Amino acid sequence: MIDEIIGLYNYWVVIFLMMTGFYVVIASTNLVKKIIGLNIFQTSVFILYITMGKVADGTAPILEEGITSYSNPLPHVLILTAIVVGVATTAVGLALVVRIKEAYDTIEEDEIHDQDDSL
Amino acid sequence: MDNLAVIQVLLPLLSAPLCLLFNKARLAWMIAVVVSWAALFVSLSLLVMVNDNGPIIYEQGGWPAPIGIVYHVDILTAFVLLIVTSIAAVVMPYAGKSVEKEIPVSKQPAFFSALLLCMAGLLGIVSTGDAFNVFVFLEISSLATYALLSQGKDRRSLTSTFQYLIMGTIGGTFILIGIGLIYMKTGTLNMADLADRLPAVFDSRTVHASFAFLTVGICLKLALFPLHLWLPNAYTYAPSVVTIFVAATSTKVAVYMLLRFSFTVFGVDLVFAKLPLTEVLLPLAIVGILVGSLAAIKQSNIKRMLAYSSVAQIGYMILGISFVSASGLTGGILHLFNHAIIKAALFMALGAVAYQIGSTHIDALKGLAKKMPWTFAGFAIGGLSIIGVPLTAGFVSKWYLVLAAIEKEWWIVVAVLLVGSLLAVIYIWRVVEVAYFQTADDESDIQVKEAPLQLLIPLWILVIANIYFGINTSLTVESASSAATMLLGANS
Repeated sequence: MIDEIIGLYNYWVVIFLMMTGFYVVIASTNLVKKIIGLNIFQTSVFILYITMGKVADGTAPILEEGITSYSNPLPHVLILTAIVVGVATTAVGLALVVRIKEAYDTIEEDEIHDQDDSL
Repeated sequence: MDNLAVIQVLLPLLSAPLCLLFNKARLAWMIAVVVSWAALFVSLSLLVMVNDNGPIIYEQGGWPAPIGIVYHVDILTAFVLLIVTSIAAVVMPYAGKSVEKEIPVSKQPAFFSALLLCMAGLLGIVSTGDAFNVFVFLEISSLATYALLSQGKDRRSLTSTFQYLIMGTIGGTFILIGIGLIYMKTGTLNMADLADRLPAVFDSRTVHASFAFLTVGICLKLALFPLHLWLPNAYTYAPSVVTIFVAATSTKVAVYMLLRFSFTVFGVDLVFAKLPLTEVLLPLAIVGILVGSLAAIKQSNIKRMLAYSSVAQIGYMILGISFVSASGLTGGILHLFNHAIIKAALFMALGAVAYQIGSTHIDALKGLAKKMPWTFAGFAIGGLSIIGVPLTAGFVSKWYLVLAAIEKEWWIVVAVLLVGSLLAVIYIWRVVEVAYFQTADDESDIQVKEAPLQLLIPLWILVIANIYFGINTSLTVESASSAATMLLGANS
């Protein structure tokens, strides 16, 4: 029991963050908050990848004499790419919010809905 | 010659920044046209090479398979590459005229550069043999698509793009989680390597969760009912060129991803025997066909009508996959190609209408067929093809799907396929009736003329392709059926 909580601590954090982010995306009506929620959601996946790179008793993946066990650096590299993708998505999303603010003069979803009913 | 596999992706990827650097609208358009035709040529030669000599494997930087990233082109890959590039090769010339009225000149270089990036992303997803690479290319094409879709003149294009951005990113992130979980379990990202290592660990919960994440993520991208909510608005308010290109290619590539992951990576025996993929996909596909077609009938904006029809047609493709039989898969893969040329033709006809009268509302089409005979003749033939009338491309794929359903003795599915076609008759007929048999409210209004040739020629190339591939099916059916055999044989 205690093993499942402490031993899998990182994974619990991942799930907590993932669900928090997901909830914010779905529940908030403010478009900027939606983007923030999306960011939290993506961050949880970054932590998932970084966690899986950890090798028990492994050290930082730098070639050094006398050390045989290294953490796996590949997930870190992968997630660097995903972070870049996340930043780009946030940028595009926020740019869209700016345009929406110009067009509707609001970033609240229900107020936009009132102005255009076909959404 | 194996370099062609990577040149295919590099062509649009490298020429996209060129459009921005030169920053001249006309020049950017010409670059896009030349690149798309070159890409079409490359993908045709890839198809010939794969047909003659089997799969092509290109190792990035000379690093062999499990360590380096490889591009893996087999018959299915080559076929989907052909779909994307041939649509691009027809859409790009069309774009030159069509964007004149929809995109300000100052934004056109950026527009074409985003269009090329989107194309590069789609080609990349298809050709790569590395699971993580799929995610990277998926995001390249998605981000470019968001930028493109938001360029519509109607302000609703912004809100609908935002909606798609949220849903698309959730889908993309689900795919990322799925890939992460299988990497965790197998320690590899190479698709062939994954296929080797997955059977040993397939009973683990992690692998099941990974497959669930991948399937849901991909289904969000391909707009399978009930994950299709982003699609109708996004297609309706986008510029014509974007709607044509995205409708004809990006959902097809998502279907390809579903095929790749469930058949090649996880394998038929594992996915369909141990996990209930058929039981999940089949009902959703059937409901998608019916709901999409019914919703299409109610729409008063024709662009929106065609968007809902796309939701229904995606149902047909997924239906083909859920049969897990040679004829079902052949029908599904065939419908990738046929639906691409059908929908591109229909949206192009509509784009020509929008170019001439600035609206795609059904009331605006009254009596328009007399003034724009060629455009509406094209629309009518495209419509016949989507209904599935013999001698058109749409008939061939539906024929294979019906055959597959009869083979399995799933009579309800046969009925659904026929009802789907009947519903298509209704929504296509609404347009034909208004355009051909009603007269405009006031004739003197504006003198509407036939669309310019730059729009009509690409449209009619696709219309003729619809008839040609309805009569001479050797290229499409042979490729689709050998792709189906390959998928079914890959892991058995």
